[in-house]
Amino acid sequence: MAVITLHRKPLTFAERTYLPQVAAGLWTTFKHLLRPKETLEYPEQRPAIPPGYRGVPALVKDPHGREKCVSCQLCEFVCPPKAIRITPGAVPADQPERTHVEKAPQEFEIDMLRCIYCGLCQEVCPEEAIFLQNQYSMTGYSRAEMVNNKEKLYALGGTRPDAHYKWDKKKAAESAGGAHH
Amino acid sequence: MCDLICHIPPAVQDLLLSILKGFAVILVIFPIAGASSMAERKVSAWIQGRYGPNRAIVPWFAYVPFVGRFLQRLGVFNLMADGGKLLFKEDPLPGHVKKFYFMLAPLVGLVPAFTTVTVVPFGAYLDRAGQVVPLMLANVDVGILAIFAVASLGIYSMILAGWASNSKYPFLGSVRASAQLVSYELSLTLSVLPVFLWVNAPGTDATLSLARVVEFQSQPGLMGGMWFIFLMPVSALIFLVALFAETNRLPFDMIESEADLVGGFHTEYGSFKWSLFFVAEYSHMVVGSAVFVLLFFGGWNPLPWLPLATLTGWLHLQDWPVVVGALSVVIFLVKVLAMIFFFMWVRWTVPRFRYDQVMKIGWQKLLPLAIGNLLFYLLVIGAIHAF
Amino acid sequence: MAELIFYFFAALTAGGALGVVLNRNTVAAALCLLLSLMGLAGLFVLLDAYLLAALLLLVYAGAVAALFLFVVMLLDMQGGAKRTPGWLNLGASAIGFAVLLAGVAATLARAHLPEPVVTAAPSFGFSLKYYAAQLFTTYLLPVQIIGFLLLIAMLGVIVISKKPREEQTPPASP
Repeated sequence: MAVITLHRKPLTFAERTYLPQVAAGLWTTFKHLLRPKETLEYPEQRPAIPPGYRGVPALVKDPHGREKCVSCQLCEFVCPPKAIRITPGAVPADQPERTHVEKAPQEFEIDMLRCIYCGLCQEVCPEEAIFLQNQYSMTGYSRAEMVNNKEKLYALGGTRPDAHYKWDKKKAAESAGGAHH
Repeated sequence: MCDLICHIPPAVQDLLLSILKGFAVILVIFPIAGASSMAERKVSAWIQGRYGPNRAIVPWFAYVPFVGRFLQRLGVFNLMADGGKLLFKEDPLPGHVKKFYFMLAPLVGLVPAFTTVTVVPFGAYLDRAGQVVPLMLANVDVGILAIFAVASLGIYSMILAGWASNSKYPFLGSVRASAQLVSYELSLTLSVLPVFLWVNAPGTDATLSLARVVEFQSQPGLMGGMWFIFLMPVSALIFLVALFAETNRLPFDMIESEADLVGGFHTEYGSFKWSLFFVAEYSHMVVGSAVFVLLFFGGWNPLPWLPLATLTGWLHLQDWPVVVGALSVVIFLVKVLAMIFFFMWVRWTVPRFRYDQVMKIGWQKLLPLAIGNLLFYLLVIGAIHAF
Repeated sequence: MAELIFYFFAALTAGGALGVVLNRNTVAAALCLLLSLMGLAGLFVLLDAYLLAALLLLVYAGAVAALFLFVVMLLDMQGGAKRTPGWLNLGASAIGFAVLLAGVAATLARAHLPEPVVTAAPSFGFSLKYYAAQLFTTYLLPVQIIGFLLLIAMLGVIVISKKPREEQTPPASP
């Protein structure tokens, strides 16, 4: 391979004194001094959370106010650090419009000290009941405080404005004669 | 009250006055050095596009309407917080150091830093006859020489600190420090000689006092009122570069280059002894800036060709020497603070020089330039006085 | 009051000098030299020779002693090996010391030290102008000779410390 000789232009006298370069540098840093600062002053200013951000997982209700989770335990089995613990059970007796759903979690706990925010539970859930939302900072004073139980999860989750109404459609289909929708 | 004071014998009175002056120096320079370190953090932050320390505040002060929040954003209380922390933090004394010299080094560094302030004039007032009387602690004949002599003793703190630490990185730092400081001292002293040649024209009372230099820059007329930076720009440039080297500021930072030497000679130090090193460094910076302002920027004169006496005349303050004195001190301080800002500005602009580059600049570039500059001004001044 | 200050600086000078000679540790000896120089500078100030004091600090304490320390630290000098002096050595030094002592005693006994004269004129080092005038008129010859000596010393240092130049091979052409 041939050797390519790189010829550098010899420095002029002014350049060899190094002063013009220093002056140019000083002008650049002075402009930086006057620019608005890049710092985000947390906690007064919060960062913008992009869509698809994987924050704290939470359970959601549908627009009719019904809890969507049916304790199929798929998320418990897929969770890599085994953060989710579900006690499956029947729908409580005081909710007659949900008896056709048959199953609802008796107790649903996510240990936030184990959760790795991977989002696999959200991917696997067939009911679209568990979502990782925007909350990114979560603290507590004891280990017990850092375990989110079912009430806390539904409170965090809120309502999911999707229009599936899966169980309503199933009930309508069943009452109309077709077993499957 | 006067009975008590007037009955003290004059010798003891002089001693008390000297002790008071000493306290004045410490009580002024220490806070200025601390404030400089805070200003350095803020200015560095602003140049780098961030805010710097802006959260510390004394709780009740936050309720003061505008001043409280403003001072908090400025980071003033962080200075108190840092000072308090350094005072109460455990002062480490590692097992492998030479204990006596380890503890001696910061003290040896502080003494020259504070002593040089005694011969620096920081203001002036006009007495009854309209004569400008400089405000300084000791108006000796050998002003600038005393400053250079005492400031050159600051090298010992670095030598001792590096050697006493018994460790590779501090030792390397102190070896580099002694080489750099000794190299640039020559150019520093040679570069101010033209100024003193100009000031000590034949026929006048010869003196090396800095107050005299400012007096020469406050005379009426085009040549009289011109600041020496216009008259001797090369001298000012050489002095500035040598001053950067003598105070170990970037780009001559190689003795404490964090990338390759951890902390240089102050690696093994922590808490209060470390803060003493930095007080010494900032005091050297303040005194160096003050000397530069006095020599080349007209000291306490507001503008070139506008001396303090003229300004006093315009503002009709001839009968209030205290006000004139305060005004001159304020003008002087503004210039010195601008110079300190320049130090910090250059720190984040110019990259650090290597050891061989520093030595080359000191001996092969700056020293011949300083000697040539001196010869040039010798010829010019000789010609002016001959014809 | 002035006497107290004189005694302090004189003790510092003499003590520092003794420290240099008697100290086992080389770095401690160099630092005692520094102390001695500072005592000397204080004595110069007491004699109203401000310029000399400043020059002493600037040149000796600031540069020369610093370079001493630099070399000692760099080469990690431990001091020489202890040698017990032989009989010839001891005898010769005893005779030399006796001669010196006799000379000093004879001088003190015979010579007349003049009474201290309180002059109205400023002393040599007090006024810069007077000092410079004396240096360049009355004492010009010693100044020039010392200048030449320093030049010769500098040239000697350059010659001694020059590395032998190797033969320069011509650079290979590509």
